[in-house]
Amino acid sequence: MSDSAPILDVRALYKSFGHLEVLKGIDLQVKPRELVFVIGPSGSGKSTLLRCCNRLEEPNSGSIRIEDIDILAPGVDINAVRRRIGMVFQSFNLYPHLNALGNVTLALRKVEGKTREEAESLGIQALTRVGLAEKAKSFPNELSGGQQQRVAIARALALEPVIVLFDEPTSALDPELVGSVLSVMRELRESGMTMVVVSHEMRFAQSAADRVIFMDDGRILEQGPPEQLFNAPDHPRIQEFLRTIQAH
Amino acid sequence: MDLLISSFFNLDILEQAWPFLLAGFWMTIKLTLVVVPLGVAGGLAVALLTTMRSRIVKWLVVIYVDFFRAFPPLVLLMFIAFGLPFLKIDLGAFGAVAVAFLLNTSSYYGEIFRAGIESIPRGQYEAARSTGLSAVQTMAYVVIPQATKNVIPDLISNTLEVVKLTSIASVVALPELLFAARQAQSVTYNATPIIAAGIIYLVCLWPLVRLLSRFEHRQIALH
Repeated sequence: MSDSAPILDVRALYKSFGHLEVLKGIDLQVKPRELVFVIGPSGSGKSTLLRCCNRLEEPNSGSIRIEDIDILAPGVDINAVRRRIGMVFQSFNLYPHLNALGNVTLALRKVEGKTREEAESLGIQALTRVGLAEKAKSFPNELSGGQQQRVAIARALALEPVIVLFDEPTSALDPELVGSVLSVMRELRESGMTMVVVSHEMRFAQSAADRVIFMDDGRILEQGPPEQLFNAPDHPRIQEFLRTIQAH
Repeated sequence: MDLLISSFFNLDILEQAWPFLLAGFWMTIKLTLVVVPLGVAGGLAVALLTTMRSRIVKWLVVIYVDFFRAFPPLVLLMFIAFGLPFLKIDLGAFGAVAVAFLLNTSSYYGEIFRAGIESIPRGQYEAARSTGLSAVQTMAYVVIPQATKNVIPDLISNTLEVVKLTSIASVVALPELLFAARQAQSVTYNATPIIAAGIIYLVCLWPLVRLLSRFEHRQIALH
């Protein structure tokens, strides 16, 4: 990786829900074109970290900069910021009342102010990228889980984000559908998209991630290239975690 | 049997009463066309207010909804039509009906829309907001369309009640269908006009009832 300025720069991030401290001082920099993989036991704060990065959760303190814009600053146009940050959810969250193309084009039309024709041509491009152009007119309930998640990825891509956050994108999928989503993510990675992925897909991490981050109890315990983290982690906690994952 | 037919299904009487019934029918249609959209729009506004964070607004809405659901619409109408003019607020008969129905039916429609909005999972809001849609746009393009679809049977069912309730407009001398029928009855000493009015209601509302049960069956099938 070059030492270009990070796309995402998180410093000393703290987040509590009531008395429960979920993030206890997170520092994380993600460079352009980097794929950062976040693993860790459930409840370790992985999803909360991701959700703070587009302010679906409000952190208690710390700073988050996206392309050098302080997204926590008072008066920041959060809707403009969110356009630059794609987000893919565990449960897809497609709009059931709109077809695939409608899902992908809604923000293009209402946020970016594009005409229906412009939005639809961009929408078809995004759907083509995830291999689902022929499903443009299908409604979410007519699509498999894997197809729904790929439409959700297209919805994020259509806005041309500078970074895409994946929050356990395959954990709601039947095993035979996981591959189609991962191959779309791999294609994205190869096209140079900057990505942060929270997931338990260790094989994918091993082959696609630039860096793996292990989170435990609201902190980053260890980080490094996948070979190092998976084969020779410093912390016994990580070895233990990897064993339980592999047992499944 | 003959007596039954001559006092309830008398064609001669029907012929005489028909112009009155027709005029009443048009008035009922006019009332419905004003009162139902007003109530639906008011109800949507009430439901949207309940989604606001402010606790004061939430409380005010609860009071509003509780009050107008418990207060008899007939008394409300009479107060607005005959009481408010003493405060120099004279809305006229039609205006009084419109306001009374807005207050009464918006609280019912409001509760229906609220249930619909509450049925939409958080993930829908999050997905919309994560693509840069504002809170208002999220409501308008993502939440309300789905919420409305989820409560169509309740909206239809409530609308049926509202249409029948328009007959209370007769107390402020708006000659709607039932009022016209009762007038005709008292002039002819014959119940045929009332029966005819009933049949008109039945014929007009029956398609809605059919539609309603089709939606209800579809919802059961979906679940």
